[in-house]
Amino acid sequence: MTTSLASPQPGTLPEPPRKTVVFEDVSIAYDNRPVLDGVSFTLERGETKALFGVAGSGKTVILKLALGLIKPDSGRIFVLGTEVSATRERNLFEVRRKIGMVFQESALFDSLTVEGNVGFRLFEEHCPIEEIHERVVEALRFVELEHTVDLFPAELSGGMRRRVAIARAIITKPEVLLYDSPTGGLDPVTSTTIIELLVKQRDVYKTSALLVTHRLQDAFTMADHRFDRELNRMVPVTGGAASNLHTRFLVLRDAKKIFEGTAAELVASNDEYIKEYLS
Amino acid sequence: MRLFSPIEWAKESVMAVQDYSLLAWRSLTNLFRHPRYWADILQQADLIGVGSLPIVVLTGFFTGAVLALQSANSLARFGALSFTGQLVSLSMVRELGPVLTGLMVAGRNASGMASELGSMKVTEQIDAMRALGTDPSKKLVTPRVVSSVVMLFFLTIISDLVGLAGGSMVSTLMLRLDLNQYWTSAWQSLAFEDVFMGLIKPVFFGFIIATIGCHYGLRAKGGTQGVGRATTQAVVAASVIILVVNFFITRFLMAFFPMQ
Ligand SMILES: Nc1ncnc2c1ncn2[C@@H]1O[C@H](COP(=O)(O)OP(=O)(O)OP(=O)(O)O)[C@@H](O)[C@H]1O
Ligand SMILES: [Mg+2]
Repeated sequence: MTTSLASPQPGTLPEPPRKTVVFEDVSIAYDNRPVLDGVSFTLERGETKALFGVAGSGKTVILKLALGLIKPDSGRIFVLGTEVSATRERNLFEVRRKIGMVFQESALFDSLTVEGNVGFRLFEEHCPIEEIHERVVEALRFVELEHTVDLFPAELSGGMRRRVAIARAIITKPEVLLYDSPTGGLDPVTSTTIIELLVKQRDVYKTSALLVTHRLQDAFTMADHRFDRELNRMVPVTGGAASNLHTRFLVLRDAKKIFEGTAAELVASNDEYIKEYLS
Repeated sequence: MRLFSPIEWAKESVMAVQDYSLLAWRSLTNLFRHPRYWADILQQADLIGVGSLPIVVLTGFFTGAVLALQSANSLARFGALSFTGQLVSLSMVRELGPVLTGLMVAGRNASGMASELGSMKVTEQIDAMRALGTDPSKKLVTPRVVSSVVMLFFLTIISDLVGLAGGSMVSTLMLRLDLNQYWTSAWQSLAFEDVFMGLIKPVFFGFIIATIGCHYGLRAKGGTQGVGRATTQAVVAASVIILVVNFFITRFLMAFFPMQ
């Protein structure tokens, strides 16, 4: 499952759009200060793109733009074939159901239990209660939190909340996942667990993802590990180039995209800023 | 600190009014669109209706009682004490029942909605809901509007009745009026237009309470302090708008049903 290349292959199945997220020259400013200035990139199907940048460089803004939660000042954004930047809120809910988002602060509904949160989409779709319960437990097992079903978010630790948020995002197996700093402020052990989850999501379910992170190490782990279904954990990639794993990097600086490419290209970059960032 | 700029302020006010109009309009059109949230409507109805019952009963009762006291005082000067029932019932049904119930429920529920939705807004739960593919105007606003309108309608009827009862207690126990006479005069004085006016008002007031409460909640920004601000503003705005709209409804209906 790790052999296909990130670049589009001719002759593959006539899948729906190969490009899941497309940013075309997107700009947005807050209080006359540009936050994104002419940013363009493409997220291929099955690819994970790690977004880097210092605090306040507009990473969260990119994810919110992709969901259509905010609109750009100029430029166009396509997600799964829908131009979200030009679609009315009322018509966006359809495409949003195919996207999972993990918010930076988890954003769990604090008056609903973990089951209510994780199963929110299923409750909305009026699935039978037993089926919802089953799928909620399954999703929670994925994040190793099945014992928390009846707890309220306030009764969970920060890391547990983050994992519940991940379960909520993945329960309907969305085609695109947006992770906003899923490991932010967590200990190394929990961080590794979460990264393992993302690798699993990428390799087992072939989801496309935008991953915002402050920890370079997380993205490098994603780039050189693959998920082994037999062992049920991620294992380092041996032999072939790490970039085979559909993980690419994008670096933002001063409202502009200054780098986009594979792990190897990032390490080899001559840009002073990136060198400093990597050190 | 930024300087106060009248243009900026005007722009923001226009935006706010536009936002509000859109929200109010959507809360109504959502009624004709799927999905509809019956469970949320019932839950809100319980919160607004049952929860407000005690204060509505108390305010209604004492308003009716004090109306009887005051009107008896004035009427006695003209030797028209027997009109007490009529004065209490007309004032209660046409004005004080709807307005006081509206103000009480505004204080209780417009603030509740603003703080609940405001907290959800500042903790990104509203964004999370949109991200999950659920329209907050359908899931949060419309159920609140529907249950406010329906519940305020019935609360107003209860308030009117309890007010009349309060008036009757004062009239018979303190003023030594005849109970039968009180109720007959109270009942017979009510014409169709009085009841109509008294029952159309809560429909508007309920709509104002819910839409204003949700509007301020959904616009909250700036953390917990922002939520507090939104809550206060919602109660003030809802109360003032209720009083203003009350004047115009009364004026309009009076023109519609001229005095016989
Ligand atoms: N709603 C908003 N109103 C005003 N400014 C905003 C708003 N949202 C974002 N910004 C500004 O946009 C810039 C980028 O914010 P963003 O949240 O995307 O940063 P980030 O890259 O996610 O940072 P972090 O790594 O700390 O999460 C910040 O300077 C912020 O002040
Ligand atoms: Mg952020």
